[in-house]
Amino acid sequence: MRPGLISNGSEWNFELIEAYERAIAEIAADYRLDTYPNQIEIVSAEQMMDAYSSIGMPVGYSHWSYGKEFVSVEQRYRRGEMGLAYEIVINSNPCIAYLMEENTMPMQALVIAHASFGHNSFFKGNYLFRTWTTADSIIDYLLFARDYIRDCEQRHGEAAVEAMLDSCHALRNYGVDRCKRPAHLSPLQEQARQRTRELQQQAAVNELWRTLPQRDAEPDPGTAEHFPAEPQENLLYFIEKNAPLLAPWQREIVRIVRKLAQYFYPQRQTQVMNEGWATFWHYTLLNRLYDDGRVDDAFMLEFLSSHTNVVAQPGFDHPRYSGINPYALGFSMMRDIRRICETPTAEDRAWFPDLAGSDWISSLDFAMRNYKDESFIAQYLSPQLMREMRLFAILDDDRERAYQVAAIHDDAGYRRLRSALAAQYDLGNREPDIQVWRADRRGDRSLTLRHQQRGRRPLAAASTEALKHLASLWGFPVRMETVTADGRVDAVNEAQPPR
Amino acid sequence: MIVDRRLNGRHRNAVNRERFVRRYKDQIRRAVADAVGRRSITDLDRGERIDIQRKDIAEPFFHHGPGGEREQVHPGNKEFVSGDRLPKPEGGAGGSGGQAGDGGDGEDDFVFVLSREEFLEFFFEDLALPDLVKKRLATIPSTRSVRAGFTQTGVPTNVNIIRSLKSAAARRRALHAPRRGELASAEEHLSALEAAGSPADALLEAEAEVSRLRKRLARVPFLDTIDLRYNNRVQRPQPTTQAAMFCILDVSGSMDESRKDIAKRFFALLYLFLSRAYDKIEVVFIRHHTQAAEVNEEDFFSARDTGGTIVSSALTLMEQIINDRYGGDDWNLYAAQASDGDNWLDDSPRCAGLLRNSLLPRLQYYAYVQVGAFDEQGLWREYARLASERPQLAMRKIASVADIYPVFRALFAKQPTCAPA
Repeated sequence: MRPGLISNGSEWNFELIEAYERAIAEIAADYRLDTYPNQIEIVSAEQMMDAYSSIGMPVGYSHWSYGKEFVSVEQRYRRGEMGLAYEIVINSNPCIAYLMEENTMPMQALVIAHASFGHNSFFKGNYLFRTWTTADSIIDYLLFARDYIRDCEQRHGEAAVEAMLDSCHALRNYGVDRCKRPAHLSPLQEQARQRTRELQQQAAVNELWRTLPQRDAEPDPGTAEHFPAEPQENLLYFIEKNAPLLAPWQREIVRIVRKLAQYFYPQRQTQVMNEGWATFWHYTLLNRLYDDGRVDDAFMLEFLSSHTNVVAQPGFDHPRYSGINPYALGFSMMRDIRRICETPTAEDRAWFPDLAGSDWISSLDFAMRNYKDESFIAQYLSPQLMREMRLFAILDDDRERAYQVAAIHDDAGYRRLRSALAAQYDLGNREPDIQVWRADRRGDRSLTLRHQQRGRRPLAAASTEALKHLASLWGFPVRMETVTADGRVDAVNEAQPPR
Repeated sequence: MIVDRRLNGRHRNAVNRERFVRRYKDQIRRAVADAVGRRSITDLDRGERIDIQRKDIAEPFFHHGPGGEREQVHPGNKEFVSGDRLPKPEGGAGGSGGQAGDGGDGEDDFVFVLSREEFLEFFFEDLALPDLVKKRLATIPSTRSVRAGFTQTGVPTNVNIIRSLKSAAARRRALHAPRRGELASAEEHLSALEAAGSPADALLEAEAEVSRLRKRLARVPFLDTIDLRYNNRVQRPQPTTQAAMFCILDVSGSMDESRKDIAKRFFALLYLFLSRAYDKIEVVFIRHHTQAAEVNEEDFFSARDTGGTIVSSALTLMEQIINDRYGGDDWNLYAAQASDGDNWLDDSPRCAGLLRNSLLPRLQYYAYVQVGAFDEQGLWREYARLASERPQLAMRKIASVADIYPVFRALFAKQPTCAPA
């Protein structure tokens, strides 16, 4: 073995993994990557599948949908239709990364660089994660949730808990505060407050739905009828606080699902950035290891072969094309930012005057900390990259008989292309905008939701099922209305609670 | 920090998987029934691929449907320029060029594999072993004496000498310890006094001290009752979960290959069924024409003899085998007989007599299937009369392979019917 090499061959052992972790940590410190402490866990393929199907979380409550996920992952893996991810990484402090025992040494090193330094620093730095998640306490909260739900199953029966979870899961994308920032609580406080919350909430709801009207508090019908005063975007929060018929334990379950949805919310908004950042850093860190003579050619060949697979982007007419690969887009954009900083062209200077010629490490760090996919693309997608990827936008209007090419990678199209791609990663654009409009407190107690239409896109027919779940939580009829772009309000459908 | 989790629990999702299977029981049951129709019965003993329509197990959520206007960015442009119009594919909206993750999963079925155990669980779901429970409760389970460590009380024959002496040694050492030091220093003191030629009273005093300590040490007993350890044995119940299954097959000239094939499949099914209820099953193959013989499985199904049929020869042989090998309460005995119904005329009453008097009282269940033939001859009539008074005897006719499973289910339905078909 050449002096300086950390390892040769493909066998790994714990000493080598430690040695790589140390070596990579040194380089990462050079590049000023700020990470949580790392916890690297070696797991078997089966355990990986387990982790896969429980959305990567090390503990979780029981629900059939995870079983379904597990069955399908297992099935595809057994039949060789799908390789398992090389790693799963959890946004926690310490940052837990799972490595599969089947990986070779170069793969383990790749995964350490990718997950334990790339994703890890992203979790710690990005504003969405800082705002919405508490890495210190997520594991404790998951434990609390699992125990609470298990306890509910014992007290109220598995069927009742399952029905509750089904309904909450159907609405979990709407269990998120998009604008408000919740105050953080430690898990102990959380637990301590849980009991008092049960009582308080029930009392508040009782007050709200008191059947005997107080005469003196009778305001004029025009304003009083409107509850809530403002439309509510967080459906689950509204249910938790206002649904008239839920028992305290049911409210707590709503809360648990809502909290976990909130925890995953940043991940759904930063897929391109997160993967791009991690891929950029495993690429940069391992290349540096090679330049320093710490790894040999065989190592690099294996690493490059899997790296190339990860960032492959087939064209739209390729049989394997399935949309834009977030790894490819993110990685290219990160590299592009570095290029603009180091060797800007005249075009780059015109488009990115602040970025061109700046220190790439701090510029990249700034981008990582302060953006999400949508704004990141809107800010940093450069004309040169659009040309390299040969991007083009297709407009599909159901009133037209043909698709229209709206923009391509030319001077006239850059801006349109960029905003179209950014909009594609805007969650608010992807998901229907549905808010609680009115709860009829004096009449039939029905709940009315409003779907604010964008681009004349209707709700899918399957949304009826989700509406039924909402009705079963609310306990009274639930109506859905669609507001078109020109302000017309159409009733879409109505769901009755199960009897 | 590096942690090796490989030794931690696998199958963390086992409970979730089980809940999934339970939730979609109906769909899975349908798929199992389909599979049973497709498969040969000798081939039942494995898992099964289950297809469930994806819409049945979808988890609903709010999402956009097709329609409206949307703009998608794609890579890999070759010849398009702005303003190009591309005709939409005929026949249906959608097809907007691979919008991934718009909630619209493909319409293909959700496919997974039931393990062999799960498959058989569904397969036998509403079947029950006749009288199995009754037998279990009625028989006193035999017990076996097994070692269970040591106790401090017991009878002298069970004394464990090594253990007892070990604890005696430990006790002696513990009780001696404080005095031994004193004794050593007293003896030293005495010898020092002697060497120095001290006055007699000082010597006497020192000697008295030495002998006092020696006496104290001697008072620690070599073996005390608290040292005693006894071998402990407990009685562990031994449930009888063993069964013997008798397969009786008519191999006379009138049983052709197709009839034997039906019989074979029936036996296979019975074996499979019993193997789920019992840990250990012995299968006895008896074939007969005018004479009966016990044979191995291969000969049982392959060889073909000619000649007439005397069924009682097989029953007599079976009785003999039970007496020789399966006496006592330890065995749950089952028998299945397949025949085309031909028998020597005066032999049928003998068969019924043998069953009534010596066989049925010892058997859990006796299933008779008449294969291939519909006419009710002497044997069928005799059996039918007997079946109406003895619930352990069940009988059915099987016309073709397709009947096997329904007949089997009817024979072993959860509430055993005693009326003949």
